[in-house]
Amino acid sequence: MKNKIRFSVISTLVIVIIFMAIFANTICPYDPYQQDLSIAYQAPSATHLMGTDTYGRDMLSRVIIGGQVSVLSTLCLVLIISVFGTIIGILCGYIGGKVDTIIMRVSDLCLAFPGLVFALAIAAILGGGIVNAIIALAIISWPKYSRVARGLTLSIKDSTYIAAAKLAGSNSLQLIFRHIIPNIIGPILVTATLDIGTMMMEIAGLSFLGLGAQPPVAEWGNMMSNGRSMLQTYPWVVLSPGIAIFVTVAVFNLFGDMVRDITDKK
Amino acid sequence: MKYIIKRIIQLIPLLFAITFLSFAMMRLAGSDVVEQKMLNTGQVISENQLAMAKEQLGLDDPFLIQYFRWLNNLLHGDMGVSYVSGQNVFETFISKLPATLLLTFTSIILTIIISIPLGIIAAVHHNKFVDYIIRFLSFIGNSLPNFFVSLVLMYILAIKLRWLPIISKDVSAASVVMPTLTLAIAMSAKYTRQVRTTVLDELSKDYIIGAKARGVKFSVTLMGSVLRSSLVTIITLLALSIGSLLGGTAIVESIFMWDGVGKLAVDAINMRDYPMIQAYVMWMAIIYVLVNLITDISYRFLDPRIRLGEKES
Repeated sequence: MKNKIRFSVISTLVIVIIFMAIFANTICPYDPYQQDLSIAYQAPSATHLMGTDTYGRDMLSRVIIGGQVSVLSTLCLVLIISVFGTIIGILCGYIGGKVDTIIMRVSDLCLAFPGLVFALAIAAILGGGIVNAIIALAIISWPKYSRVARGLTLSIKDSTYIAAAKLAGSNSLQLIFRHIIPNIIGPILVTATLDIGTMMMEIAGLSFLGLGAQPPVAEWGNMMSNGRSMLQTYPWVVLSPGIAIFVTVAVFNLFGDMVRDITDKK
Repeated sequence: MKYIIKRIIQLIPLLFAITFLSFAMMRLAGSDVVEQKMLNTGQVISENQLAMAKEQLGLDDPFLIQYFRWLNNLLHGDMGVSYVSGQNVFETFISKLPATLLLTFTSIILTIIISIPLGIIAAVHHNKFVDYIIRFLSFIGNSLPNFFVSLVLMYILAIKLRWLPIISKDVSAASVVMPTLTLAIAMSAKYTRQVRTTVLDELSKDYIIGAKARGVKFSVTLMGSVLRSSLVTIITLLALSIGSLLGGTAIVESIFMWDGVGKLAVDAINMRDYPMIQAYVMWMAIIYVLVNLITDISYRFLDPRIRLGEKES
């Protein structure tokens, strides 16, 4: 019973956050990019719940629109790396041999290379922006999934039911899709949901350093970085996006823990 | 011993691959040395001078020749000069290391002081009020991005309470507090959880009941057996963290103007100081390789089963 309540509360929160991210444009009370210097630096009040920034832009609207970039890009990133990493991992585990060795060495290389430098190189080649931050993080994060998927595939590859399916005439594709994927999807799903919060902080961190979303695009990381100098005088400009990141990451972390508890039951 | 040598030999190609990749990326990413120097110093050089400088530096040679020349210099400890300051990259890099080492040391110590007692308390009072409080705190710590923690600490400790200077140029006792706290909060949150799980696992083992039956005091069992056997796991985890801390925590170091390798890397990235970035890449690669090696070896050392398995096969 207690678990049911927990389940529904957390799921609702996750749905609300994703819903707010998708419909950010219509939810914003004000235009997040509309400058009005006559109301610059207003403290939080009834009309502007989170106050206004240097250019008199409504902070609440900016936090909401910033969430669109942060949340959607994070979900995108996690989807990309989990699908790609899992496919690679299954292939490595299933095929084995040289292919496996080579791909595992490549993943070593990706893990050993500092993410910051990848982000920079990609920003320099393709230009800055949130998409390039996603690419940089994807390059260094997929090996985690391929290692999990590879390990799981290796552990079930020699089980009797796989042998039975083979005897019954399944080809490799059928084996992978009907027997391997359904059996390893649980742990991958848990890894992915637990990863959302971390990845959100990583993306915001890159933007904070100026290697992700570029102003004027509002994104939580770069909003905090831009507001840094106002910490002493107008703290809400820095603290509002910070609290937004914290709450969102916390909700996704709770969601990850919940998914883990559910799949762990057996 | 044989195994260690084998592992080292396996890791050498990885280091070469990293040097090649970083060299190739920097070439792809940037304008070349001469143009970059011009941009950074603001000088205007004529076409002729440009061509001459390029020839002198061998920038018109084929890519592979340039790479091998660079690699050769690297192996002789010559990483070139910074595009920005004109100073020797290797020396500059080494001069920033002590600050990062200090921060690594202080934050690891603080993390140990916080997380081991809290983890043990939580495990001993499993599913009681104290346990819930500790788990809640560690959950909060896990969800806070470190740049947010840094700014909040600055706001509270430096601006509101005025206990500490916001930014201090030199390394002093006061300036080390906030970066250490920031790093330790995130790590303690993670390790308190780990310690709690490890100790809980240990407490559910049969020897605990055995000790109880023999009338051994619980605190003795806890401090003697449980702590010792949990320590193995915890130390391995900490070793991994030390690896990532040694890379310099780019965000925390640059927020607090902490003059370590992380800040050096961020500055180099912002100024497109490619030789400096390459030095950072090499440093990170070496750390990664060493940490991997140490974990591999320590696992074999600590868990005889792995060693035996290897012998049989």
